[in-house]
Amino acid sequence: MHSIPGRRLVMALFLIFLLLPIYWLVNMSFKTNAEIVSTMTLWPHTPTLQHYRRIFTDESWYSGYINSLEYVVLNTIISIAVALPAAYAFSRYRFLGDKHLFFWLLSNRMAPAAVYALPFFNLYSAIGLFDTPWAVALAHCIFNVPLAVWILEGFVSGVPREIDETAFLDGYSFPRFFIKILVPLIASGIGVAAFFCFMFSWVELLLARTLTSVQAKPIAAIMTRTVSAAGMDWGLLAAAGVLTIIPGALVIWFVRNYIARGFALGRV
Amino acid sequence: MDKTINQKAWFLVLPVFLVVAFSAVLPLMTVVNYSMQDTFGNNQFFWNGVGWFKELLDPSTDLGGRFLASLGRNLFFSAVILAIEVPLGIVVALSMPREGWSVAACLVILALPLLIPWNVVGTIWQIFGRPDIGLLGYTLNYLGFNYNYVSNDIDAWVTVIVMDVWHWTSLVALLCYAGLKSIPDAYYQAAQIDGASRWAVFKAIQLPKMNRVLLIAVLLRFMDSFMIYTEPFVVTGGGPGNSTTFVSIELVKIALGQFDLGKAAALSLVYNLIILIVCWVFYTVMTNAGTERKAVTQGESAAEPKPAAAPKPAGVLKPKEGVA
Repeated sequence: MHSIPGRRLVMALFLIFLLLPIYWLVNMSFKTNAEIVSTMTLWPHTPTLQHYRRIFTDESWYSGYINSLEYVVLNTIISIAVALPAAYAFSRYRFLGDKHLFFWLLSNRMAPAAVYALPFFNLYSAIGLFDTPWAVALAHCIFNVPLAVWILEGFVSGVPREIDETAFLDGYSFPRFFIKILVPLIASGIGVAAFFCFMFSWVELLLARTLTSVQAKPIAAIMTRTVSAAGMDWGLLAAAGVLTIIPGALVIWFVRNYIARGFALGRV
Repeated sequence: MDKTINQKAWFLVLPVFLVVAFSAVLPLMTVVNYSMQDTFGNNQFFWNGVGWFKELLDPSTDLGGRFLASLGRNLFFSAVILAIEVPLGIVVALSMPREGWSVAACLVILALPLLIPWNVVGTIWQIFGRPDIGLLGYTLNYLGFNYNYVSNDIDAWVTVIVMDVWHWTSLVALLCYAGLKSIPDAYYQAAQIDGASRWAVFKAIQLPKMNRVLLIAVLLRFMDSFMIYTEPFVVTGGGPGNSTTFVSIELVKIALGQFDLGKAAALSLVYNLIILIVCWVFYTVMTNAGTERKAVTQGESAAEPKPAAAPKPAGVLKPKEGVA
């Protein structure tokens, strides 16, 4: 009863639609540039690893991946750390201005990055964080912290209030209750929230590019620059693209059992 | 769940407040400051009052014309992708396999496009769509269509829209799937006993259950498509001409390209205001939907004691759920 007639066909067609462009990227990353430009081949006839070798041996390339991962991890840790207590407060208590605060947070999740690009540039230059992973990590907090609060609030609300009360009766202090009891109970929620923070920080380019110049340049920005300078090295571009997909694919694999619930932001 | 009033909860919220205020309020003040001034470089600023705002909202000036045109394009774009992605997402969610390893496989593949950096999404479609080296462009041209997204407006639009459908339909589908998963089997059994048709099951059981997640999906999709920047920028660069220049692209052009701080700041504020209003409307609808539903179920249980028999479709119409 869950499903509709012809569902296998629909699903198969949609998955093919999703995978075909990715296949083309992977395909191209194993071709030589001569093969890409001169012929149209559905699979690499002279497969080569030269593009991957170039990325893994050239520091200006692989440092981009390290930079990206650095600010993504920083951002995820900051976001979860500040969002956890707030999620608990929003879920359990009413306080002055709580609804307005919640809406204000939510509205920041929706704020266009383009609006903040220039003021962030000024701000982080002024406080000397420009071109460090911290600048990007903090800048990405503007959309990741509200999202983390929103998701975690849904999961905390799923924990019965009686558990808090019992713990306090048993003499748990608040911090101890929080770490020993609440956090393990919503572990899957924290995983989901971390997944989303990782995801949105990993895919964002505009702010990351604006706030870095040399030292902390993310891989996505290196890709755009090198391509225009080297006059369209398609194979290298494709290989770099494939390598940016891999961390995401790994993360999805680890959270696959929570994905469905997580995408509903703990609100089903 | 009833919440207790406790002003000390502010201490728990304080870190979030500080972090977000640091990265939202401070920069926004800079923007407000710039929007009232004009600069000729050298850090010399001149008071310009509401001049930029007047110019921005007046279609006869250069700035106003560009802003309103890009706004129109952006609204049209958002409308088109919502019209495609929401129904398609629902259909895909309904087509999900029920159990076994194929569920995990489908979920992973569905989520894959969401985790690709946005400029790589652009790159993928750039490579895929090029008439000389891309599978799509090559095939279309081989079949006799004169497809070229670099020189033809319509082709550029179609490419950007298909790219967005490729990129984000999964989000709608996964949200809907989460909604569908939460429907207890008893509902379907009751519908079966009553001999409900497939369409009736969808309308009376599945759609109301997906209401809430659909609202989230529409909100997220509208917002993200309204501030779309990277993907069309990589694929078309806003062209050919200005035909795929959306508001964000226009804004970055003015702010970081021409370094026209006053104009960019005024545009930012108006842009932000539009988003704030839409966001507020959605938020109100969402919270109201939550409380209304709660009121309905509470009123129901107060008026009549629930019969212990299997739920009837009448009860199914108003799902009992108090998660707000």
